Amino acid sequence: ITYSFIVGKDVVVELKNDLSICGTLHSVDQYLNIKLTDISVTDPEKYPHMLSVKNCFIRGSVVRYVQLPADEVDTQLLQDAARKEAMQQKQ
Amino acid sequence: MNYVPGTASLIDDIDKKHLVLLRDGRTLIGFLRSIDQFANLVFHQTVERIHVGKKFGDIPRGIFIVRGENVVLLGEIDIDKPCDTVLQQVSIEEILEEQRLQQQTKQETEKVKMQVLKDRGLSIPKADNLDEY
Repeated sequence: ITYSFIVGKDVVVELKNDLSICGTLHSVDQYLNIKLTDISVTDPEKYPHMLSVKNCFIRGSVVRYVQLPADEVDTQLLQDAARKEAMQQKQ
Repeated sequence: MNYVPGTASLIDDIDKKHLVLLRDGRTLIGFLRSIDQFANLVFHQTVERIHVGKKFGDIPRGIFIVRGENVVLLGEIDIDKPCDTVLQQVSIEEILEEQRLQQQTKQETEKVKMQVLKDRGLSIPKADNLDEY
């Protein structure tokens, strides 16, 4: 399943170290590594060292959640695509 | 990370100044010189930046090879973006002392928390090594 349909959307990525980063989704790869542009740290800025960072690469293995805006994603389409893929993988 | 357009590749970040956050909480800043499919990174003119509150200190580290599994986040440092206005740079000795104090208080609160949870028969696994066996 490719995630190209959410590229360009504003997302919030929550990491396993409890850091939450808001940004525009630039790209995703096969490992679910994420590249975000125009980032900002959503939680109260307990991480000051990100001040001069505009774009970042997040390793897929450290992502806990990717929060998407509900109205910008067609969940029905997504469900169908995921179901089809699960069926294919089963065979 | 493969060389297909639209995928999250680091190839365009080479030779630029970056900040990398490691799983153990360390922050390294340096020029990214080499990458591979595991997000293993080679940093040049690396500096380890320690943050405590509003203060920070830099420790020069030279050339660093970071194993991909330890990378949390890699960010390009934008020199145009105004940054060091709120942060105050201090000497290495001072920041290490501040860090030691911070770790101490953190460990103490963590210890109390663990004890309280233990008394109730609960335990929270550390997210850091969930994927490891």
